Amino acid sequence: MLAALILLPLALVPVALLAPWYRLRSWLLPAAGAGHLLLVLLALGHVADAAPGAWIGLDPLSRLVLLVASPLYLGCALYAVDYLEMRRERGNRTMVPCLLLFLAALTLAAMSRHLGLLWLALETTTLASAPLIYFNRNRLSIEATWKYLLICSVGIALAMLGLLFVAYAALRGGAPVSLLLTDLLAAGPVLSRPWLHAGFVLLLIGFGTKMGLAPLHAWKPDAYGEAPGLVGALMAGGLTSLAFLAVLRVMQVMTAAGALGVARPILLGLGLFSLLLAALFMMRQGDFKRMLAYSSIEHMGLLAVGVGIGGLATFGALLHLVNNALAKGCLFLSAGNIHRAFASKRLSDVRGALVALPFSGALFLTAFLAVTGTPPFGIFISEFTILRGIFDAGRLWVGLTVLVLLATVFIGMGASVLAVSQGEPTDRDLAFADRFLLVAPPLAMLLAVLLLGVYIPEPLWQLLEQARLLVEGGA
Amino acid sequence: MAELSNLCLLLVILVNFFTLGSARLGACIHAVALQGAVLALLPLATHGLNGHTLLLAAGALALKGALIPWLLLRAIREVRIRREMEPLIGFVPTLVLGALATAGAFIFADRLPLIEAHQGGLFIPTSLATLFTGFLLLVSRRKALTQVVGYLVLENGIYIFGILLAEAMPLMVEAGVLLDLLVAVFVMGIVLDQINREFSTLDTEQLSALKD
Repeated sequence: MLAALILLPLALVPVALLAPWYRLRSWLLPAAGAGHLLLVLLALGHVADAAPGAWIGLDPLSRLVLLVASPLYLGCALYAVDYLEMRRERGNRTMVPCLLLFLAALTLAAMSRHLGLLWLALETTTLASAPLIYFNRNRLSIEATWKYLLICSVGIALAMLGLLFVAYAALRGGAPVSLLLTDLLAAGPVLSRPWLHAGFVLLLIGFGTKMGLAPLHAWKPDAYGEAPGLVGALMAGGLTSLAFLAVLRVMQVMTAAGALGVARPILLGLGLFSLLLAALFMMRQGDFKRMLAYSSIEHMGLLAVGVGIGGLATFGALLHLVNNALAKGCLFLSAGNIHRAFASKRLSDVRGALVALPFSGALFLTAFLAVTGTPPFGIFISEFTILRGIFDAGRLWVGLTVLVLLATVFIGMGASVLAVSQGEPTDRDLAFADRFLLVAPPLAMLLAVLLLGVYIPEPLWQLLEQARLLVEGGA
Repeated sequence: MAELSNLCLLLVILVNFFTLGSARLGACIHAVALQGAVLALLPLATHGLNGHTLLLAAGALALKGALIPWLLLRAIREVRIRREMEPLIGFVPTLVLGALATAGAFIFADRLPLIEAHQGGLFIPTSLATLFTGFLLLVSRRKALTQVVGYLVLENGIYIFGILLAEAMPLMVEAGVLLDLLVAVFVMGIVLDQINREFSTLDTEQLSALKD
């Protein structure tokens, strides 16, 4: 069953490479997405937690990430059908196989119980997504692709060194040398401290680069700015969630080793710095897709802050992971529509999106409200939970700093979003009109975020709590 | 066997210096190919002959020693670039930095809490020195191709460390890592080609339109 989750998209790759019909290739994406979601739902209900020695398997954390990534992928895949139809001149011979590979690698990463395998899957997602960023084939997208490829490859190479350091910590501690998660957790108490700490820092640099935590975010505004909206949605919602999962796996090891006292402050520092940087660059940002990248950095920062504080804040961060993925999906997809319609993403050129594109404009505006934590959307609840966790832990100054930065982000982002959506469009007859598949998936994601704001289903609540316990033990 | 592995590691360090000091891209790529081939010997020299090490050595030799350098050589033939001009940090200063870092790596490795079998060995200092060389190449050179060479040297440094821990990396993962490296270089090669077509140069200084 679990193998089928990975093999299904992989099996469609040769079909996508060989099939001669354009539309068929496009429809392979939703087919893979729907099959994947179905299998994920079945697996969540019927597959037990992984056995100790297994290389792939489920546990609450991987269930949570799959539950987030799979619907997001299906939404983006449906959107892709009409998007690719609109951009026939670009072709889909590269896009479709790469997106399928991306899904397979993403699933493998979510289910890996061996840190080496997790590393491998994450690196594969980087390679599969690089051609996607280059979809528009112009100078700017080359530049973005090159930076993404080089920075993420070097980052993830450092993560490999970090893994080796952790393995050396086991060797030095006299435990069996293995990167299986269960073995590492069992060996926790004897892991040699200096190696473990150095390994943690390297792993955080590596996976943090992929998450886009400041100051390791250099590739992010460029890549999100130049990639098509649906690729941005998949990266900001799916890839970052996986990178965060990798960070959480490392935190699991740190918890088992009783080294949370070292790990948490570092994570908290990175998180706060990301929030600060996002707030600064969000002000006067002249390009609304780059602005979304800074919003993603902000939310990654919040996740890091949540786990850096621990307890209730970790629970909030895990809930935030779900909300962030869905809200980012809606935001990027609707921003992609606006970009298409106005053929520009500069604030100086885009005006009156609400008038020109009633659906996409309204979605964009509402998704902005959702993503900045306005009630009654789910992000409000998760940010509130994180903040409550911070104040409960007695970290008054951290809490106040986060509040001020969140407010700054709201103002900075609001100014740009309102400039895009309000006013009179300069050019009244646009070549682009809203199509069903270009607005229905983002709408569904937005509704899901709204739903999570008013009601969190009991099974999800339990899953989040189990995942939290997994990250930080009973403490 | 210890003599053989020490000899290999010294050769690796020499290649590091060569890549730092050479302006000719072709020579740099050949040097990295040599480094990859030498690295392929290491698992055999340290862990003896068995199925795992043989496969690992064959994989490293084929990919690091032959296929990847071949891809890069083909790339420079197509883009007609021979030399690294005007690096951000000159050749002599990078060599000096490289020498300092190598010396530092040896001193630092002496202070690390190693297990007894690894104390005084060349593995860890060489690994650290190679890592640093890779970094130096990545940040001090302008040509996109030299940056790929830097990335390869960095990966080689990590590989050396990995040999000490062969048990931690099962064959499947090890093979996957090598394969990922190959695909990475392949994709980078395609992007290089596009950069060259679009800008008529591989100078990464040109890649600076995106900023805030």
